[in-house]
Amino acid sequence: MAQHQVNYASSAGLPVALTTVDHLVNWGRSNSLWPLTYGLACCAIEMMASGASRYDFDRMGTIFRASPRQADVMILAGTLSKKHSEFARRLYDQMTEPKWVISMGSCANTGGMFNTYATVQGVDRIIPVDIYLPGCAPRPETLQYAMMMLQKKIRRESANMNKNTKQRMV
Amino acid sequence: MRKYTPKDNVQGKSYYTDRFWVAPRVPSEAIEVGSHFDEVVKALSKEVTIDDAFVQIGQLRIVVDAGENYKTLQVLRDACGYKMCSELSAVDYLAQDGEFEIFYQMLNLDEAKRVRVVCRIKEGEAVESIVPLFKMANFAEREMFDMFGIKVNNHPYLKRILMPDDWEGYPLLKTYPLEGDEFASWYEVDKIFGKEYREIVGPENRDPARIDRYDSQRFSRVGYEVPFGEKIDKENEKENPIEYSETLLVDYNAGSKILEKRR
Repeated sequence: MAQHQVNYASSAGLPVALTTVDHLVNWGRSNSLWPLTYGLACCAIEMMASGASRYDFDRMGTIFRASPRQADVMILAGTLSKKHSEFARRLYDQMTEPKWVISMGSCANTGGMFNTYATVQGVDRIIPVDIYLPGCAPRPETLQYAMMMLQKKIRRESANMNKNTKQRMV
Repeated sequence: MRKYTPKDNVQGKSYYTDRFWVAPRVPSEAIEVGSHFDEVVKALSKEVTIDDAFVQIGQLRIVVDAGENYKTLQVLRDACGYKMCSELSAVDYLAQDGEFEIFYQMLNLDEAKRVRVVCRIKEGEAVESIVPLFKMANFAEREMFDMFGIKVNNHPYLKRILMPDDWEGYPLLKTYPLEGDEFASWYEVDKIFGKEYREIVGPENRDPARIDRYDSQRFSRVGYEVPFGEKIDKENEKENPIEYSETLLVDYNAGSKILEKRR
């Protein structure tokens, strides 16, 4: 007979936590969203401010990474020109699954005020977008809120990305 | 008592008239004899034929033949002290004159004077590169080629500079639509996914910036003030703008009933 027998059935202090795989995996994923450092235009200034000390994305586990191989989230911050679109798509393709995309600002959402020949009229023409963030440019709080919404979305999803309803373009 | 006839029917007149804005012409002055520009023109006329030369807003404008652009700029640089070419581009006058206007903006830092050398070429013609004279012309001529399709002879690296290399069309031509042609609208889809993905992605959803002047719920009318949500037929539309209420105010043109009764 062990000297300190643990009564597993007693209240409080259960050494076992019961959960689902989905919950555990999504808990991990959603609390360490690493966005790609990818600024396209003036929205990038707000994105940089979000990462800096005043708004401090680090406390949410959101750390900007300089390589698509290490990133989970692509924040398309700014006007995407047609010349640049193939490179944006290439960076998205280089990111490892699972990956999410935030379209930040009017220009990325719809082309914004650049109703011209040289601007992609909405990045969702080339990249599947999870969160559309309105504003011109959105303030850092808004981007923070978008990240929190994305966290909520991830926690709601299945850990198996193939089961999720997100539209895959290619 | 004399009958009152209004001399000035202010209410009946429209205070707002649509009119195209006509740009005021910049006055051109003759070159003063003995001035700096006079010397420049004299030095130039020894070497090249000057078609026209006059002063506009303190700047000399010289019109030369397109074949002599290199020679003109060389004389300006070496003999007249215009050591800086600050800008070089073209203007599309194809619809108006069937020609491009190519201009070279020159700056003399010693005299603080500017000269604009202007020459005209037909569509499809090329000009001589001035890169041997001014290094800045390298990018400027590439941009001119990119935006207008004007070829530049003997340029070291004549390639598109702003638009992608596989772009079709020249965006700064007046005939090029601002929202892009067929090629431009499918560019990113064709390039990334291929033409067969056009149906999946679909056409561009552009903001048309449409204003419906017969929709009184979403748009207020300029010149035709109507209540919110009133239905307006295109046929029954009044000819003159209604800037005042017809029921409340007196129409002075029709004569006053009260005055008629008193008389």
